[in-house]
Amino acid sequence: MDAEAVKLLGTALAIGLGALGPGIGVGIIGGKAVEALGRNPEAESTIRNTMILGIAFAEAIAIYALVISLLLKFT
Amino acid sequence: MPEISVKAEPLFHIGGFTVTNSLFTSMFVMLLTALLCIYFFSEATKKNKGRLFYFIKFAVNSVYSLFESVFGDKTPLFFPILFAFFLYILLQNWFGLLPGVGSILIKVTEEHGEKLIPILRGNNADLNTTMGLALISVFLIQVYSIKYLGIKGYLQKFFNFTNPILFFVGILDIISEISKVISFSFRLFGNIFAGEVLMTIIAFLIPILASFPFLLFEFFVGLIQAMVFSMLTAVFINGAIQKHH
Repeated sequence: MDAEAVKLLGTALAIGLGALGPGIGVGIIGGKAVEALGRNPEAESTIRNTMILGIAFAEAIAIYALVISLLLKFT
Repeated sequence: MPEISVKAEPLFHIGGFTVTNSLFTSMFVMLLTALLCIYFFSEATKKNKGRLFYFIKFAVNSVYSLFESVFGDKTPLFFPILFAFFLYILLQNWFGLLPGVGSILIKVTEEHGEKLIPILRGNNADLNTTMGLALISVFLIQVYSIKYLGIKGYLQKFFNFTNPILFFVGILDIISEISKVISFSFRLFGNIFAGEVLMTIIAFLIPILASFPFLLFEFFVGLIQAMVFSMLTAVFINGAIQKHH
């Protein structure tokens, strides 16, 4: 394999593997938020805010992987 | 395919100061923000207020109630800086989605020949801007922490010699303060820059109409990211001013 091919593989692997964990995490957060909403519908605004914050933390990890792969691709 | 560059390209130089295309764009947005604020201020004293006034008031009220759920009765103290973060990031994100931003090219002469670069570039798609915002935010967290806990209480959070476990927790706390800068700046930069790259690539895959849903999605992402940035700052400030254990 030449260097260019390895670079492309690295780019794809970085974002592909990096999106796995956050995907699972965001799914769990969303599911649990809906569960909590079902038990306690009047706490909607609190649950929504907490959910968005939790998703932001989980999503940040995917964004790190994305930044790495963008750096690999475009520099 | 157009050339996508991670860093903002320099447009021209004033003395030794380089003006990049993202800085150039941010000037427009700042002008817009200032005009909006002047309009709001002048309209507030009039008897017959315009419709835009009530819309802005509604938006400010909803953001205020969002922060009220974090701070409670301390909200008036922290609201101005948090809303400034929110408004600045929101308008920068949305300005970057306008037609013409990133697609109007000009020719710039550099050391190695001429180059075509976009004259406008979304401001948050430049790591320097988001890094600056993140540094302001993390610095403010420390300042408020010192103000509420005192310099002794602030240092006690990080240097605790009572037992070895708390000492190492303190070291971890220092690292986590530093990593806040990285996570703030990369989150905003990654989201906005990825949106721009995504829309460019979709427009070249399917030229007609296909990028429209992504444009709507980017509007949503811009709002969410502005909210997340200011909300996280609020939560961290609230955590830093509490006296614990």
